[in-house]
Amino acid sequence: MSEVRKFRLTCIVCPLGCTVEVTMEGDRITGVKGFTCPRGEEYAIQEIREPKRVVMSVVKVKGGTFPTVAVKSDRPVPKELIPKIMRELAEVEVEAPVRVGQVIVENVLGTGANIVATRAA
Amino acid sequence: MRSEYDVVVIGGGPAGLAAAIKAKELGMSVLLIENREFLGGIPMQCVHPGFGLHYFKEDLTGTEFIHRILERFREMNVEYYTNAHVLEIVPYSYRHKILRVVTEEGLFEVRAKTVIYAAGARERHMFEIGITGHRVAGIYTAGEAQTMMDIYGVMPGREIVIVGSGDVGLIMARRFTLEGAHVKAVIELMPYPGGLTRNVVQCLEDFGIPLYLSHAVTRVEGKKRVERVIVTKVDENLRPIPGTEESIECDTVVLAAGLVPYLKVIEKAGVEIDPATNGPVVNSYLETSVPGIFVAGNALVINDLVDYVVEQGEEAAEGAYEFVKNGGLPALKWRKLVKGRNIRLAVPHYLADTKDVTIYARVAEPEENVKLRFPEIGKEIRLPLVRPSEMIRVKLKGEEIARAKGRITMEVVRDE
Repeated sequence: MSEVRKFRLTCIVCPLGCTVEVTMEGDRITGVKGFTCPRGEEYAIQEIREPKRVVMSVVKVKGGTFPTVAVKSDRPVPKELIPKIMRELAEVEVEAPVRVGQVIVENVLGTGANIVATRAA
Repeated sequence: MRSEYDVVVIGGGPAGLAAAIKAKELGMSVLLIENREFLGGIPMQCVHPGFGLHYFKEDLTGTEFIHRILERFREMNVEYYTNAHVLEIVPYSYRHKILRVVTEEGLFEVRAKTVIYAAGARERHMFEIGITGHRVAGIYTAGEAQTMMDIYGVMPGREIVIVGSGDVGLIMARRFTLEGAHVKAVIELMPYPGGLTRNVVQCLEDFGIPLYLSHAVTRVEGKKRVERVIVTKVDENLRPIPGTEESIECDTVVLAAGLVPYLKVIEKAGVEIDPATNGPVVNSYLETSVPGIFVAGNALVINDLVDYVVEQGEEAAEGAYEFVKNGGLPALKWRKLVKGRNIRLAVPHYLADTKDVTIYARVAEPEENVKLRFPEIGKEIRLPLVRPSEMIRVKLKGEEIARAKGRITMEVVRDE
């Protein structure tokens, strides 16, 4: 019998902020309770296995309306990679015009996520 | 440019843009006036998500949300000025107002049948929250810091203390950390965080940022720039407890201590103010006590969600349309909305049975398993949870309002 561990999480999917409890035996998730919607259950399992977040920032832009353009990852990326992604983005400079949705960095750090513009410049 | 418009909209943020789009769709002549150098308002500097879940049914960043609104605004070809300030609104007759406006091209006057005031809110500054000490460099409001960092690409500091744990303070804590600054603490006066639990989790706990509850920054010290803040515990009456002072070294203090509707111009025009919202007293059409002046967005009431702000903009445009069409609003009888048990604020203040209305309200105290009740019209809604930080939004139909003879009470009661 492997050790039984319980994790209490606050779901961050929506403003309700449900408290979800995940039970694990060894590496196996054996129970999830406290969620009030399927997205909450999915979040809790993901959060235990590999926490992910959407990362957002600004990058430098040449010749635009503002000196920066706002960007985000088009899907959640592993949480532990976020500082590395931020350092990479600090080196990026793009040229205007930039449109919303334009890919700024493709497949950032091999995560499969693209960094896309969220403001026009 | 014409000399008279059906509606002049003041403010080019989400409420003003939504009002202008709707007014134009309804066939009115519209002029929009914005005092910043660009349209879009505060969402232009909000690179984080959480915008548009109700309105667009998608989770967008502030910048993406406002981009969609701006695209519609441009398609509608609304006349507008940026870098323009409204100095004064003169309500010289029931049906006409004169606006005095300064632009880069000089001073001009414009006549308007109606005005939609959507100038948003201002941030509370250190003088309002009891911070004493030195007035040195390195003290910013959250909005100032955000504009510097996320529009102009300048870091406001390295070692940061944030005052206020509302969603704005929490989101700024994460933003600074991601950009490589060290957020030393978030200081909250109340015994509980001001923002949503999910934001405490993903903005503070994710990064190990300490949250000081029941604490106040009482003093800022430094010679040329902030060098440290003095943080003091507060008692249950929110008064600093002597002897509990603690010093935190930092080079920057960011104030995220709440918003106040920015009303300077319409206050001068004579609108009545509600001390509970700090915004104007309005009726179902979002018209203020000065006929033909409407208000929407954070200038009306401090909102949680941009979706509600946009909704209010559209509502005000519909009100202005009714006013222009009928030479005044069609309602004859107004029922006062009275705040009952555990209701701290509610808008609109006067309801008409001529239309459906959306009420925005906040409770005074958090409570679980409650009912929201309108006893005079026999309406009840069950709510699992109410919190002061989360706005209640509820619709009443014209025929429901008609059931009440005089006042309509709104109250939160225990669901037994």
